[in-house]
Amino acid sequence: MTAVTARALIRTEAADGGRTRLETLRSDPPLTLRQTGPRRVHLVSTGAGPLRGDRLDLEVDVAPGTSLEVRSVGATLVLPGLADTPSVMVVRARVGAGATLHFSPEPTVLAAGCAHRLVVRLSLAEDATVFWREEIVFGRHGERPGRGHARFDATVAGRPLLRQDLLVGEEAVDGSPAVYGDARCVGSTLLAGPAWAPPAVPDVKRERRAVLGDGWAALPLAGPGVQVCALGADAVQLRERLRRGEEAAGASPASGPDGSHGTPGAETGGLDP
Amino acid sequence: MGADAALLLLADSRLPAGGHAHSGGVEEAVRLGAVTGTGDLARFLRGRLATAGLVTAALAAAACELAAADDPADDPADGVELWRRLDAEADARTASPAQREAARTQGRLLLRTSRRMWPSAALDTLARAVPEGPHHPVALGAAGASAGCTPRQAALAAAYTSVTGPATAAVRLLGLDPVTVHRLLADLAPALDDAAHAACASLGDAARQGRWHALPGHSAPALDLLAEGHLTNPMKLFVS
Amino acid sequence: MGAHHDDLHDAAEPDGRALRLGIGGPVGSGKTALVAALCRSLGPSMRLGVVTNDIYTTEDADFLRRAGVIDPERILAVQTGCCPHTAIRDDIAANLDAVETLEERFGPLDLVIVESGGDNLTATFSRGLADRQIFVLDVSGGDKVPRKGGPGVTSADLLVVNKTDLAPMVGADLTVMSRDAAAVRDGKPVLFTSIREDRGAHAVAEWVTDMVDAWRHEHGEPHHHPVHGAAQQAQAS
Repeated sequence: MTAVTARALIRTEAADGGRTRLETLRSDPPLTLRQTGPRRVHLVSTGAGPLRGDRLDLEVDVAPGTSLEVRSVGATLVLPGLADTPSVMVVRARVGAGATLHFSPEPTVLAAGCAHRLVVRLSLAEDATVFWREEIVFGRHGERPGRGHARFDATVAGRPLLRQDLLVGEEAVDGSPAVYGDARCVGSTLLAGPAWAPPAVPDVKRERRAVLGDGWAALPLAGPGVQVCALGADAVQLRERLRRGEEAAGASPASGPDGSHGTPGAETGGLDP
Repeated sequence: MGADAALLLLADSRLPAGGHAHSGGVEEAVRLGAVTGTGDLARFLRGRLATAGLVTAALAAAACELAAADDPADDPADGVELWRRLDAEADARTASPAQREAARTQGRLLLRTSRRMWPSAALDTLARAVPEGPHHPVALGAAGASAGCTPRQAALAAAYTSVTGPATAAVRLLGLDPVTVHRLLADLAPALDDAAHAACASLGDAARQGRWHALPGHSAPALDLLAEGHLTNPMKLFVS
Repeated sequence: MGAHHDDLHDAAEPDGRALRLGIGGPVGSGKTALVAALCRSLGPSMRLGVVTNDIYTTEDADFLRRAGVIDPERILAVQTGCCPHTAIRDDIAANLDAVETLEERFGPLDLVIVESGGDNLTATFSRGLADRQIFVLDVSGGDKVPRKGGPGVTSADLLVVNKTDLAPMVGADLTVMSRDAAAVRDGKPVLFTSIREDRGAHAVAEWVTDMVDAWRHEHGEPHHHPVHGAAQQAQAS
């Protein structure tokens, strides 16, 4: 068994009449991409993994004025490998002016003994719109999780919107009532774009109010975005909670360029102070 | 050489800067039954230190470095811009609006207190840059620099206050034995040192470039949920 | 830039700002009722702000808002983390911040009342927070309370003994209370009142009016202080 390196690429371009065309769709196994709609791509895992030592790069480039939806066929199961080094998955996404990206792959499951690093670099143009969901499951059913470190960086026109690290499988955080409590999985959805911008003249001493549910919260960020965060006992509960939070934050349930997108943020009334 | 005695003043819970009224999520955790005694308090504090504690330590170290580099000969507009950028990095690492508000409230009060204790051009610039109040670790780092502390000392003070405030709140709310709780804090001492070390290691040459994108952003979803839930509690005793 | 624009950070700089009046006293003695009474009496002639320090967050503030004696926006509640006396004596930062926020939003003001959370007889206001302070007792605590003294009773600028209407029922002798208070207070004034019967607490209101007039005479007409808000932001950019 040897470590693999893969670099896959999705790039859109604006076609006539304001339509989106997939300009490039470059698979690199195990990162295999399939176009499943005019503006939709599914990530199809071919082969097990990632395993320790693997280095997978996915680049997503959404051209100005276009829209793209990226999903995956199944969950990603991160397994222990032979190498000493962790497996690494890097997703770099650029979303151009007026463009929309919907990124919602199935959960990443950290199997016992794995060591995984997930790095997301999301860079939005000033008026780009993004729906970005991440779900991490702490081990398969009944097993202790492997180790995971997910880093998420989102910027809007170069300004930081959200920078977060999530550590899983570390003694200090596992079972801490301050971090995950007794949850077995954690997830978040970033909704970003002009529709989620704070009011032009904010009350400097009063933040926008969050919407809080059972095990989830829709958190208005300081910049133009809302993060839905959720904890769950299992992947099904986690997804359910995230969906509730997404709805509260004003993402239409079928949001995505192929769905009835509606007006993002039209229902954000609940987030106003 | 850092100012050891100034560090003690900065980290002292008696520093009159409003810290005594913040529980760092403990009050809500107690209300929900997530913290009931010293066992889960220990796990709460350790997890808090590994996440929010590390982030505040890094931001405090960065602020301390930035304040120490403040040169009155420089264009003051540049200083204002740098402080705003560092404060924006703190915003980006604090998804919960309740936590941002608590951090700004504490930062505003600490800035007020430290400007009288250790007046400096850097603190004036910071107050001008973020009039509504900078995030607490940013104010703490700037205050540390004005008191003569090193970035590492500022980071240590930030890590320390990230757990001592919640620990004291737990003593008050649960009637715990204060010595037992201080034993928990003593057990955390090596982790506090590690957090300060890691915070400084993450700086690199950040200050010179004014680029703090790589600073840690360790998030704690439960703390976010607790902070927001706390606001809905009509019987709360602590601000956060 | 020097420190010339931040004089308000030093509470010792009283010129051109409102008188800050602390009202303290044990739980249930009628502090909030007195604040409401003062708002009733003084509201028509003075620009007021109120800061409350509740044990349970906003209870007193909510009472005042419901009482309709003052614009609800002019009441700010400070949380004290189980330690009401700390917030008015040892660490006054949050209270100063609240006072300045009121002055910034609604200023200039003539009087800002800071009501302490209910505490014990040793609780007094820091001089860094309150320019004058009133300590409120009630007769139901027994007529020995003034004799026992304590910093609140001995050092407050005005001692108010409330609920005099209850005196016959609890067997409290007002003459004894008056004599004992005079003995420990070194000539500082004591007023007896029943806010239930005198909903404007007029004698206390009169004393406060005198204090505000004297303050203005000494420190000048209050003017607006932008401390940390839009005004200063504009200055910075």
